[in-house]
Amino acid sequence: MADKNGFFDLSKTTLSRRTALKGMAAGAGLALAPGFVRYSQAQSSAPIKIGFQLHRTGIGAAYGRWYDRTSAAAVKAINDAGGINGRKVELVIEDDGTDPARGAEVVNKFATQHKTDIVFGTLFSHVVIGSAPAAGENKIPYFVVSEGHHVASTKLNRYVFQPGITDVKSQIQSMAPWIAANAGKKVTQIFPDFAFGYDHRDYLPPALKAQGADVIAQIAIPPTESSFTKYFPQIPAETEVIYHVMVGPAVLTFVKELGEFYGSQRPQLFGFMDSLEAVDINSPGLEFLDGSHFWEGSPRYAQPDDSAAQKAYRAAVGIDDNGAAAGDPKDVSTASHMFGCWETLYVVKKAMEDAGYKGSEDRAKLVEATEALKEFAEGPEHPQGPKTFNGKIHQCFGIQNISKVEGGKLKVVHKTKIEDGLYEPEGDYTKQAL
Amino acid sequence: MRDASPAKIYALHVGVIALLFALNFVLPDYHQGLFARIMALAVFAMGYNLLFGYVGLLSLGHAMFFSAGLYGAGLTVYHLGWGVAEAFIAGIACGALLALVIGLLALRTSGVAFMIVTMMFAQVFYLLILYFAAWTGGDQGLVVQQAARTLNLDGAPLDLTNPTVRYMSALALFAVVLIATLAVVRSRFGRVLVAVRENEERTKMLGYDTVANKLAAVVLSGTICAASGAAYALLFGYIGSSFASVQYSILPLLWVLLGGAATTLGPLIGTLFMYYVTDITSGFTSAYLLIVGVALILLVLFAPKGILGSIRQRWLGWLP
Repeated sequence: MADKNGFFDLSKTTLSRRTALKGMAAGAGLALAPGFVRYSQAQSSAPIKIGFQLHRTGIGAAYGRWYDRTSAAAVKAINDAGGINGRKVELVIEDDGTDPARGAEVVNKFATQHKTDIVFGTLFSHVVIGSAPAAGENKIPYFVVSEGHHVASTKLNRYVFQPGITDVKSQIQSMAPWIAANAGKKVTQIFPDFAFGYDHRDYLPPALKAQGADVIAQIAIPPTESSFTKYFPQIPAETEVIYHVMVGPAVLTFVKELGEFYGSQRPQLFGFMDSLEAVDINSPGLEFLDGSHFWEGSPRYAQPDDSAAQKAYRAAVGIDDNGAAAGDPKDVSTASHMFGCWETLYVVKKAMEDAGYKGSEDRAKLVEATEALKEFAEGPEHPQGPKTFNGKIHQCFGIQNISKVEGGKLKVVHKTKIEDGLYEPEGDYTKQAL
Repeated sequence: MRDASPAKIYALHVGVIALLFALNFVLPDYHQGLFARIMALAVFAMGYNLLFGYVGLLSLGHAMFFSAGLYGAGLTVYHLGWGVAEAFIAGIACGALLALVIGLLALRTSGVAFMIVTMMFAQVFYLLILYFAAWTGGDQGLVVQQAARTLNLDGAPLDLTNPTVRYMSALALFAVVLIATLAVVRSRFGRVLVAVRENEERTKMLGYDTVANKLAAVVLSGTICAASGAAYALLFGYIGSSFASVQYSILPLLWVLLGGAATTLGPLIGTLFMYYVTDITSGFTSAYLLIVGVALILLVLFAPKGILGSIRQRWLGWLP
């Protein structure tokens, strides 16, 4: 289309003083117009946007599915109760592919494209560690539900928090008194030969030593291994407890072959539920686990003494008494971890309210308000149990469950105390500049 | 390749660099960050392309060269407290040395055997990273702290975590490698490499030491990939074993195939295309890798020489 009137011809534009004054007056009028004021109000009552970094694909997808459901349920509950500071909460989801490089891109995307208020997510340690620099550089608070010790190690940065789930160091330490008192004092560890296994390798021996028990052998299994029988002769004959933390699809083969190796005469078995998250405990091959014990973050199966808050949480998330999706018994939940999403979102709510959070300009205040938190009482916001929070290391501490496999279910036989999992802080994030 | 004046060819490449420079000032924040990452990784693809595209050696182990640079730079900062410049040089040196050793061993094979041998060496490298987890951080990896990622230029600190500095640093590396690659492929050495690809026996008969030339290409390719890895560690602050996994050996192959093997600008186009297809489609579906796969199949069917390779074949025969 021809530009007959010279509309796009900037060279023909002349600006007289009168025209300029008219323009300025019109601009000022527009800024003060009712419509513009309404727009400003709409900004302050706009939803709080939470960037949700999710393992939708990749090795963490089973966790991601349940993290998604739990977080959606928590946001619905928060919004139904009036939101945060009177504003609705909106989750903006991006898939990190359970990949650290993509995880960092996703954090950048939340900060610079979606312009979310905070970032929230995700489980796998390498994704959290890979994403942490991006959170620090963008100065955007990054609340993770990862369980790893990396946040509490103070090797990340001031913008990374883990207030809704305990870290693995604390969990392992909490198990030691019960193992030494009830299972046995000579422990052989079997763990995968990568970081998750190393946490157990490094933190269990001193914790058991303090209880008068010993790790008498440590057997690291390479991550590429698909058959385990050749490792079992390394288990010393005097072993009273086998402490196993095999994760991933190999766990079924591992348990089956362990059963074939020992038959009916076996030492006590103690494992971490990470091995069997999203896996039916009654899967063929797992019969050998009957009578053995597991750490559980939050019980998969409904317990007779469940609190009203726990019952309400399970109903809101949509899990049945067996810890599977209501209506789909084969869709087993990741109960030991996903509660952390629910609780973290309520910590975010509390911290935003304490900080009087209005927008991204208050992110530093939000960091300081989160660091100032001390404890979370058990209740609808924290259905897993009471917790304390150490603002210097950005990590919460809570109770743990020890459950026994009985009749194809997991029955909680012991709950640890918060103090069982406390340890000396390894640093202080609050000394870092904001 | 039809002849074109060197001025025209260099003008095109300088034009691309100038365009990328200008984009820094107009791209929205997120895309500015994404472009920085893409340019750093396009260097990885360019290093791969030198061996795959111009020599015809298909390696499935280039992740080890990338991660040699990544860890060489990252670990010297993390454990030894080295400065950014020294760490970057250390990363490149690690990659060059590794490429020399791997080249000496792997070039005893060719074809499918070369592919398998490089993949096996890369797997060994990956498992070594896991084995020495106490130093490397294993599969979890390590963070190179923000404070350590500052380049001191005669007392003037340059914060690599600043988006513009990061973009310009990635562009500087990209520009140097692009021009260097162009110079190499247009040089006598580059023509020998293409001759090896086309007919190694005949090249030998003409009196060229093909093994020495291939070894030089492996070392140069590995060094460029290591430069990319070193830059990645220092610009983005994370080193992890996933960068040494087989996935990161296959990715540069895909980027190069997409953009056009044996084209100097193809690696950038392939990396850019793949990143944006993933980024955009992941916003709509969790099956985005399926879409990436379909895009790859369509390209192989309808543009088997890749985007730039097809353009060169049909319209711009002078493209290097």
